[in-house]
Amino acid sequence: MAIVELSNVAKKFTKGKEVVEVLDQIDLEVEDGDFLALMGPSGSGKTTLLNLIGGIDQPTAGSIKVAGQELNGLSSKKLAKWRSENIGFIFQFYNLLPVLNAQRNVELPLLLTKLSGKQRQNNAAVALEIVGLADRAKHKPGELSGGQQQRVAIARAIVADPKILVCDEPTGDLDRDTADEILSLLELLNTEHGKTIIMVTHDPKAATHAKHTLHLDKGRLVQEVA
Amino acid sequence: MNALSLIWANLFRKKVRTFLTLFSILVAFLLFTLLRTVAGAFGGDIDIAGVDRLQVSPKYSIIDLMPVTHMNEMRQLEGVEEVVHSTWFGGNYQGVNNFFPKFPVQPRAYFEMYPEFVIDPAQLDEFERNRLGAVAPQLLADNFGWQVGDRIPIEGDIWMQDDGSRLWEFELVGTYTSTNEDNAFNGFLINFDYFEEARPDQTEGLVGWFIVRVTNPDEAAEVAAQIDELFENSMSPTRSATEAEALRQFANQVGDIGLMMNGILSAVFFTILLLTANTMTQAFRERVPELAVLKTLGFTDLSVASIVLAESLLLCILGGAMGIGIAVVVSNAISPQIATFAGSFNLETTTILAGFAIAALLGVVVGLSPAISARRLQIVEALRK
Ligand SMILES: Nc1ncnc2c1ncn2[C@@H]1O[C@H](COP(=O)(O)OP(=O)(O)OP(=O)(O)O)[C@@H](O)[C@H]1O
Ligand SMILES: [Mg+2]
Repeated sequence: MAIVELSNVAKKFTKGKEVVEVLDQIDLEVEDGDFLALMGPSGSGKTTLLNLIGGIDQPTAGSIKVAGQELNGLSSKKLAKWRSENIGFIFQFYNLLPVLNAQRNVELPLLLTKLSGKQRQNNAAVALEIVGLADRAKHKPGELSGGQQQRVAIARAIVADPKILVCDEPTGDLDRDTADEILSLLELLNTEHGKTIIMVTHDPKAATHAKHTLHLDKGRLVQEVA
Repeated sequence: MNALSLIWANLFRKKVRTFLTLFSILVAFLLFTLLRTVAGAFGGDIDIAGVDRLQVSPKYSIIDLMPVTHMNEMRQLEGVEEVVHSTWFGGNYQGVNNFFPKFPVQPRAYFEMYPEFVIDPAQLDEFERNRLGAVAPQLLADNFGWQVGDRIPIEGDIWMQDDGSRLWEFELVGTYTSTNEDNAFNGFLINFDYFEEARPDQTEGLVGWFIVRVTNPDEAAEVAAQIDELFENSMSPTRSATEAEALRQFANQVGDIGLMMNGILSAVFFTILLLTANTMTQAFRERVPELAVLKTLGFTDLSVASIVLAESLLLCILGGAMGIGIAVVVSNAISPQIATFAGSFNLETTTILAGFAIAALLGVVVGLSPAISARRLQIVEALRK
């Protein structure tokens, strides 16, 4: 069953008179439970595609159905609620809030749920446990290494138990060994916790952790490698 | 963690900047609270109701006496509404150390002249009826522990009785209070009829001064001049102090002080507004990607805007509360010293409430524009930066 369905999606950016066609005629299906790597040269539109799937950007044309929800036409408010329930985001530069410690960063998405303060704390602690950072709960991002920060970010992405994780170059800022740890963690989340993962990467070795790889070139999906 | 702790944590992201801003807000509100209170002490309580009264004294010496018949002549003047008289009684109560002024007056007319003096109607009736009656300010009665019905012996010095006796005895038939703090303490009031009857015959019909109520306070000065003119060539010329003019001048001065203080405060608040707005704008700019992350996580546009606005409110109210709090401590500490020469120096609840209202307003004004920008923030564009 496809959890992500894109049909004939296009995305253009207009700046003054200049129109940049970033994505064109994108048809894509991602099965529930898949781990998909998205590769392609810089500027080919990977991030843009990921943002569309994650519901933080709108296509110029086409339809996007994710986790059973047609995203086209959703209000910004509904879309926000939908994201909080269905998508976990992982960024290249972690994007943690520097003023909050690890525990609180992870707890942040739970502020949007009806969970009690106690439950929020518990769930955040469990998420940190899963990424192997329980002992750093009280540390602020500035006191953690890049790999550790990315683990906190992963804990934040999974704490509300979304079906889908979208990762934009999650290891782009990490050394080889640390990157492998993060990738193994993502694999674990995919295999053990059933998360569907869509990961943008430049790194062919990183892509080997995925079940499938897709290539994007000049705004088009060009080939699929098993 | 809850939303408040998120806002709190954000507020102290740049500790030095936040503390400097907080401190400036604190100083502004400390100034506000103290200056408002000083303005209040200088005349917030001036009762303009009293400005329709003139005091008419003997022209050359205040110990001279004037014929009570002056009253009738003054009543003929246009612009004079009512006249009462009063006289300095002097005398000592239990030795020379218990000074308080004592005036023989016409009971009902006197209380009608001073509507700010409040007395129980039954006690006023009794004061009028009982020739030995006297009424005292509540404060005075409390001070000496007098009860209604007590006999109050006064040893005369200026005035003795017709039979040569120096001992006057009055019966306390009532007490009165004042609704006007600036005129809270008048005197121990004696029934004039008894005084008139008991004093030596050769002084009968003579009184110390008159209090005149004019029809139109704006013409008080003219009426005063007319009165003095009327008696200029009589045996007892007068000098009419225009209580109205004096009070109005005082009120004007207080008005100027108020205006000046408002000017200072406006300048202070304007500076604070710019400073705080600058802090909040900077804080917002630095945080654009973080706010975008919050939106990515599923916080709505409105809730992100609220977080930004709440931060500004918290900053201003926190600074305001500290400033007002210090003002409360300071004014409590200095109030006793100041009260002895400036009347009352009380921090009014309304001043405190006004302070908090201004702090909240400041928070909204300063936070509104960053909040609106936060609301409009597009996730993808903000994250690309
Ligand atoms: N908001 C925007 N306005 C204008 N152009 C944009 C905008 N966002 C993206 N683009 C353009 O779209 C193209 C694709 O951008 P995108 O970020 O999706 O590429 P990418 O494949 O993720 O590249 P990289 O590997 O460098 O991250 C680029 O040419 C970029 O300049
Ligand atoms: Mg990219």
